Amino acid sequence: MTESDGGRGWFERAGSADPADAAETVTAGTAEEPRDWPALAVERGYVDAESEYYDRLREATTAAARAAAAERERADDRQLLHAVRAMDDAERVANELAERVAEWAGTLFPDAGTGVEGCLDLAERDPDGPVEERVVSLASRVADLDREADELRAFIESRAPVAAPNLASMAGPVLAARLISLAGGLETLAKKPSGTLQVLGAEDALFAHLRGHGSSPKHGVIYTHEYVRGTRPEDRGSASRALAGKLTIAARIDHYAGDRRPELEAELNERIRTIRARAEDGDAGGDGGGSDE
Amino acid sequence: MSDDGIAGDADREPDGSLPAGVSRRRVDGDDRLCTRGEPVYGEPTDGEWRAWDAGRSKLGGMLELGMETGLVGGETALYLGAANGTTVGHVADFAGPTYAVEFSPRPVRDLLDVCESRSNLFPLLKDARRPETYAHVVEADCDVLVQDVATRGQADVAARNRRFLADDGRLLLAVKARSEDVAAAPEAVFETVLAELRETYEVLETRRLDRFHDDHLGVVATPR
Ligand SMILES: C[S@@+](CC[C@H](N)C(=O)[O-])C[C@H]1O[C@@H](n2cnc3c(N)ncnc32)[C@H](O)[C@@H]1O
Repeated sequence: MTESDGGRGWFERAGSADPADAAETVTAGTAEEPRDWPALAVERGYVDAESEYYDRLREATTAAARAAAAERERADDRQLLHAVRAMDDAERVANELAERVAEWAGTLFPDAGTGVEGCLDLAERDPDGPVEERVVSLASRVADLDREADELRAFIESRAPVAAPNLASMAGPVLAARLISLAGGLETLAKKPSGTLQVLGAEDALFAHLRGHGSSPKHGVIYTHEYVRGTRPEDRGSASRALAGKLTIAARIDHYAGDRRPELEAELNERIRTIRARAEDGDAGGDGGGSDE
Repeated sequence: MSDDGIAGDADREPDGSLPAGVSRRRVDGDDRLCTRGEPVYGEPTDGEWRAWDAGRSKLGGMLELGMETGLVGGETALYLGAANGTTVGHVADFAGPTYAVEFSPRPVRDLLDVCESRSNLFPLLKDARRPETYAHVVEADCDVLVQDVATRGQADVAARNRRFLADDGRLLLAVKARSEDVAAAPEAVFETVLAELRETYEVLETRRLDRFHDDHLGVVATPR
């Protein structure tokens, strides 16, 4: 037993009889060695009997576990937010740098390709002389960034289903992470109306519309979802509304409950099937005929 | 209560190793291990008894195989790797105060549901490799330490948690070979884990759980 612990149990550190304080000490407290806490709690006057001790213990441990689980999950969605932003940065920088490499390499290697692909190829070459050395080295930085972006994507693909199981399954892990990132977290996403989720990522277009230029955007990043992109233009508004509606519910379940609800996905699939069936019926579409692009 | 002459204490002879509160009964036409408690994962029930699926529970598998767990019922238990509470719910049905340690937040929500109907089950969202973070909550001299953490360093986890166990207490451990080394042959992994375990425990019995869980070893041990 260490001196600093003084052999104090969770119940002796709580500042008050308030269950929230007790839960806090369950979470944050430490001791080197266990002791006969139930007997000590009676002996030290915290409770009158061991049965009462276990009642209090149960209150404190369940409250602590509930709070700690919620907090750790929040921390998970923060990690996703950073990862998806980092992935986008890595891709953007790789592309910018690849343009510079292509321009420079064009003066040295007549067969040099362009873009990130071109860099992957250049990075493998044996440079001849100090100039080629610089270009090949720069190309290998692009290749590294490209690999890092891939690894970040893999990280997102493994983490999103844990942090937001329903959202990740319906939106796909990367789009789920993007939505969380654009909203600033799973909790804020869960609190947004579906009309807002629908245009997340289209802020520029939305502001232009509000200033009187351009039409109101029908979708933001959810445009990348197959259910929107793969639907004919005149039905895309309906598709993105339907998708946004279900993703909003998914985000709420993920934030507040955390269990998988496959039926939600089934409902979405059914809804999209109905919308796409309009095309076969020769219907003019349900979006007032506006084009979406 | 169904009485096909199978349940009942007089007929416990073949299951002499089952603790009080665990009984073999006929459920849905099959002979099943059962405990008494609120159902938690849609398992079949017979009156107040609910089936304990050995295919979903390493401890259930150890009991099915007749291992000498030393369990008699009513013990103070520390359970490491509680996950969503499938097995620890059964433990709480027959044991006394039951402390359930799990470090992943996701299954803890389900575990909390299992705790809801069990006043003797105490959930702890903690890392089993760091017992000092729950020694101020878990009482000393537990009668049984159940461990099913499926993570690297399973013998080390058992050693670190030795402090909670009474000198004559039992460690009921499920070792998952693939958690230690995916590539190695399970027998080799088990040997290594047992060798390390013997530094803190005396191993009383081991049994492959393959009938219910591939590449798992059940171990009964007591502190050295
Ligand atoms: C095979 S599952 C347990 C299943 C459970 N015992 C049952 O039968 O219902 C293993 C669990 O151990 C947990 N785990 C792994 N390492 C852990 C650690 N260091 N501390 C606490 N839990 C851990 C995992 O999160 C996982 O939920």
